Amino acid sequence: MKLRSLLLAAAGFAIGITGITETDRAYADELFFPVFVYRTGPYAPSGEPIANGFRDYYALLNKRDGGIEGLKVKTEECETKYNTKVGVECYEKLKNKHGGALLVNPYSTGLTYQLIPKAAVDNIPIISMGYGRTAAADGRVFKWVFNFPATYWSQASAFVNYVGDQEGGMANLKGKHIAHVHHNSAYGKEANPTLDTLSKKFGFKLTKLAVDHPGQEQKATWLQIRRKKPDWVFMSGWGVMNQVAIKEAATIGFPMDRFVGNWWSGSDADVVPAGDNSIGYKSTAMHSAGVKAKVMQDIIKHVYGGDKAAAKTNKVGEVLYNRGVYNAALATEAVRDAVKKSGGKKPNGDQVRAALESFTVDKDRLAKLGMSGFANPVSVSCRNHEGAAPGVFIQQWDGKQWKVKGDFVPAMSDVVRPMVEKAAAAYAKENNIKPRGC
Amino acid sequence: MEVLNTFFIAPVLDMADSPIFLLEVIIGGLMAGVMYSLVALGFVLIYKASGVFNYAQGAMVLFAALTLVGLLDNHVPLILAIILTMIVMVGVAFLIERYMLRHLVNQAQIILFMATIGLNFVFEGAGQIAWGSNVKKLDVGIPENSFEVGGVLINSFDLFAAVTAAVLVGVLAIFFQKTSVGRALRAVADDHQAALSVGIPLKTIWIIVWSVSGFVALVAGIMWGGKAGVQFSLVLIALKALPVLILGGFESVPGAIIGGLLIGVFEKVSEVYWGPAFGGAIEGWFAYMAALVFLMFRPQGLFGEKIIERV
Repeated sequence: MKLRSLLLAAAGFAIGITGITETDRAYADELFFPVFVYRTGPYAPSGEPIANGFRDYYALLNKRDGGIEGLKVKTEECETKYNTKVGVECYEKLKNKHGGALLVNPYSTGLTYQLIPKAAVDNIPIISMGYGRTAAADGRVFKWVFNFPATYWSQASAFVNYVGDQEGGMANLKGKHIAHVHHNSAYGKEANPTLDTLSKKFGFKLTKLAVDHPGQEQKATWLQIRRKKPDWVFMSGWGVMNQVAIKEAATIGFPMDRFVGNWWSGSDADVVPAGDNSIGYKSTAMHSAGVKAKVMQDIIKHVYGGDKAAAKTNKVGEVLYNRGVYNAALATEAVRDAVKKSGGKKPNGDQVRAALESFTVDKDRLAKLGMSGFANPVSVSCRNHEGAAPGVFIQQWDGKQWKVKGDFVPAMSDVVRPMVEKAAAAYAKENNIKPRGC
Repeated sequence: MEVLNTFFIAPVLDMADSPIFLLEVIIGGLMAGVMYSLVALGFVLIYKASGVFNYAQGAMVLFAALTLVGLLDNHVPLILAIILTMIVMVGVAFLIERYMLRHLVNQAQIILFMATIGLNFVFEGAGQIAWGSNVKKLDVGIPENSFEVGGVLINSFDLFAAVTAAVLVGVLAIFFQKTSVGRALRAVADDHQAALSVGIPLKTIWIIVWSVSGFVALVAGIMWGGKAGVQFSLVLIALKALPVLILGGFESVPGAIIGGLLIGVFEKVSEVYWGPAFGGAIEGWFAYMAALVFLMFRPQGLFGEKIIERV
């Protein structure tokens, strides 16, 4: 009996070991990218184009290039419904699949906050591109989180920079009035500390108006705008809040070219309900819209077989579709660097993180990616996970499409960076983290 | 002293400082309230006829609006699209009676309520599968321009919604009070079995009331969809109707209107004058707080039937 048990145990152990070895071998030439999506629920109009952008870019890599550096790209979508709790479940479900996730893009500020402590334990880098925790830009404290090409705070400072430019110089901001209409959530409030600081620095009056979730009814907010008559309105909205705000702004006759959303308030879906009334509305942007960029043409050619109608149905060229493509491209390039550094072998999470800390996408590399003029160069370091020269483009809706207006608007890093480092130091103290020396 | 100033003196002084603006806020609140009432009416109808709180009412609004806008996008003329949508909603009412309500006759209210939760997900899923999740512009020709009357800004769309709600309430009040079907509906709400025993056709009555509720959902969908685009978040407007129902009473059509108007005004006045003291975005919270306080003193609502139970 004893011998039989021993033999069974030995056989089981052998099968287990063989299984593990076979599993590792099976995934050795696959690079796994989990994709958190929200194709259903109240935020689906924003989630769907982003998800399509990711899906199509990864498909392009496999079809056009045979993957990344010879290794096939493997993806799996998980539906989060933009619900933080469901998002955490998605993370837990996918983190060890297909040989392990190389990185994650949470696509939700709330979810990013939840994953920050988990990622450090699981050794999975988080890319929260233009969202998430602003303080994570300090890589000395947030080793596993990357929020290039700009944080909410940099974005808000770039907006003020833009307003200063439009008013004929920063000195002319004195006495002006800016209203910040924001979603009443951690995300919506992110820009407030920066705007407060800049209000004191430049002498403009700041009015903060919070809008309750989901933002279908905003009469009280816009009646206050009508009464207070701000010179500019900056909006940090999401989902239906954006659409209603643009419509209400039109109702009270607020000039659209002085109404600027952040880059989560400037999608194609946001301007639909107001129709022609939304012409002139502006938003910040981290990349251009449309299908002019070579990468978009490649997607139409290789993924849709040249079928432009099918591409349009799948939202190719829409702002948030392009956001998904841009995000997938940068994530891919970081993994490419890691693969190269590991001698063409599949890297682990730590190797991808190391690659992200010396990640540079200059103009030449953007051109190679088919993204010339599509976005600004990015240069990330161990200390600065936001990138060296954050800023925004300003895009404007002309009734048919979003068009980038003017040059890249730099953030006021001299103001924002000390705030980031202060917030990161407070987080480090609170969580007993010893900042790295870099 | 500072607290006194922030919460009591400053808001009152602010109101006195600009009475025209106060009037504008109140009118804005009334207009918003009308929109809430349109949703609340659908709840009231179902509750009056079956004694059940229809959790799926918001999803019905979405489904009706998606169907209408889907037909319009396929170049169906407006009037025909509205008629076809109504036919779809009647068909839906028939299916609900056949496959859900018929099996739940004389069951406890909580069972019916749970069934409507399931129904909510069916509507959400079916609507999105059939018509997608894109934001769709709904333009049925309602004017959207704004104009000033004595310095007060009035929006034509809001005015149109107010008139629509008034007409709808009038028609529904006559329907419930003056027609035999209306009386039968009230009898069914009181007691399913007793209504059946006196020859009231329960199945037909339920199909009628769910159809009328579908029609109200369509009207609400047109108004809310015209305002914010037709999209999934229309489901969430049901949340706006809850305090209205608590205030107005679950079985009163006029109560849904008065409750809506009161909640609308409470919300806007509180947000504009007391919002800054709380950091803003208090209107949703304030509406529920007002309903909760009201619930303590008059649980049946302003126009609801007084609850008398034999012991």
